[in-house]
Amino acid sequence: MLNQTSILRVISKLLIPPIMLFGLYVQFHGDFGPGGGFQAGVIFASAFILYALIFGVDNARKAAPAWLTRLMLASGVLLFGGVGVVSSLMGGGYLNYSVLANDVHAGQHLGITLIEFGVGLTVAGAMITIFLIFDGLLRAEEED
Amino acid sequence: MAVTAYSLVRMHNLFAVVMLSGIYSLLAAVIYVVMDAVDVAFTEAAVGAGISTVLMLGTLALTTSMEKDAKMFSPLPLVIVTVTGALLIYATLDMPPYGDPTAPIHHHVAPHYIEKSAHEVGPPNIVTSILASYRGYDTLGETTVIFTAAAGVMALIGRSRRRKKKSDKSMPVEDS
Repeated sequence: MLNQTSILRVISKLLIPPIMLFGLYVQFHGDFGPGGGFQAGVIFASAFILYALIFGVDNARKAAPAWLTRLMLASGVLLFGGVGVVSSLMGGGYLNYSVLANDVHAGQHLGITLIEFGVGLTVAGAMITIFLIFDGLLRAEEED
Repeated sequence: MAVTAYSLVRMHNLFAVVMLSGIYSLLAAVIYVVMDAVDVAFTEAAVGAGISTVLMLGTLALTTSMEKDAKMFSPLPLVIVTVTGALLIYATLDMPPYGDPTAPIHHHVAPHYIEKSAHEVGPPNIVTSILASYRGYDTLGETTVIFTAAAGVMALIGRSRRRKKKSDKSMPVEDS
């Protein structure tokens, strides 16, 4: 793809780790500042897509093979729903996190952190999966 | 923003259209920041200007980057769009001015969230409390929608590649 341009390579090499770190910050700091699982997932996926655009999709596929992104996609929703099931098993309503720990605040905090993580996983998995599928289709057309 | 929207409509080069829609999203994000909706602005900048631009470019690579010429002018869509737009503008006349504290939307559940969320849920960011705790079902639904979208893309075009490879010799794929 764009792998001949050394400026792009150097700059994106510098940028990708901070972008991923920022994604994680948005993920786990969403309780205190703006952000949350959805934004974090998109930021994380965009770092991945930037890598794929600059260094080639083959290298990116090595970093995140299709089974991994599909696993992320499904496990995020399962984690979200699972938290709900656990909270209803522990005596609260479905998705009532107050019963997850001894303290209401601790339980809410745990529940929110978990489901935000689930949202982040699903969003990142969905974006990367769609991107990789587009690339796969493009390649299949070039082969024909 | 109006200039961007107008040139979006007039443009025939779809590559420029995708770039302009990214710019439009960034401008919308700026407006959200001005209105103090930082979370929404964040999402708009990341999704509208970032990811969707990349996905649209991928679509252009798969299809074509020039718009097809419209063969004939049909008045019906124009009428529908104009009437709907006029109705929407007419409806905004009844809305309370932006930031009006007596607006109905500020008197339903919003005071409860603002006063009680620190006590009932905990996190200092009320948006997170509402999204994840009070409105947990909605967020679960949204996550499921995203999951379904990706699963749909996989089912629609993810598999066609494999099928194409298998049927390469027996049935030539029509490609012009």
